[in-house]
Amino acid sequence: MKISSVNGRPVNLDINTIDLPITAYASIAHRVTGVVLCAAVLVLLWFLQKSLASAEDFAEVQQILLSSPIKFMMFLFLAPFWYHLVAGLRHLVMDTGIGESLEGGRLGAKIVFVVSAVLILITGVWLWGV
Amino acid sequence: MGRVTSIASFGRNGLYDWVIQRISALVIAAYFVFLVYFIASNPDLTYEQWRGLFSHFCMQVFSTLALLMLMAHIWIGIWGVLTDYVTPRLMGPKANLIRYFLQFAVLTTVAVVTVIGLGIFWSL
Repeated sequence: MKISSVNGRPVNLDINTIDLPITAYASIAHRVTGVVLCAAVLVLLWFLQKSLASAEDFAEVQQILLSSPIKFMMFLFLAPFWYHLVAGLRHLVMDTGIGESLEGGRLGAKIVFVVSAVLILITGVWLWGV
Repeated sequence: MGRVTSIASFGRNGLYDWVIQRISALVIAAYFVFLVYFIASNPDLTYEQWRGLFSHFCMQVFSTLALLMLMAHIWIGIWGVLTDYVTPRLMGPKANLIRYFLQFAVLTTVAVVTVIGLGIFWSL
């Protein structure tokens, strides 16, 4: 471990052993969900194409989407979608200068997690009709 | 460290990328929230309604805009991820070559998806 030349205290820059702040988790999750959504676009486009092809194909897509493993796949698309959307809106809010302080950043990250969790919960209830 | 120039970024420089990323985000958000709302508020959706929606000229324009914005958004986003993680510092001397290959693969996919998407929207 390096020793700081300023105050003689040890400096740890190994990111694997640093406790990341909540804002870092919010940022990482924003990236991960973004990459996941990229892959989802291909699947969604295929569903869209088929659903518009004919009435029979439309009915078939409905059947596929209602089957339980695919329903779960839809959830695996919608959950990162909500998170990415809410985290993106936070960026837009921060662009106006709101929530840029350390405390504001932490609070913003918490709000993003809570709001997207609520939206994901609503989506689950909508899909499975609990 | 010298100024980072990249021919592979979307909007020629970081400021354009920043602006495009935000404008595209708003368009994509509006498009998908509208679609989720439309599907959620029509539990007994029929094929005629569904096709009627997408074959409406305004929706064709909206879909086209959303698709182009989404492709730009994906390109800028993936560029950000790749240039952060697929680097010589993290992955060794071959990283640049690997990154160029990945960027080429993403760009090709984006181009193909754009053509396929436009084909779907304008053949209705």
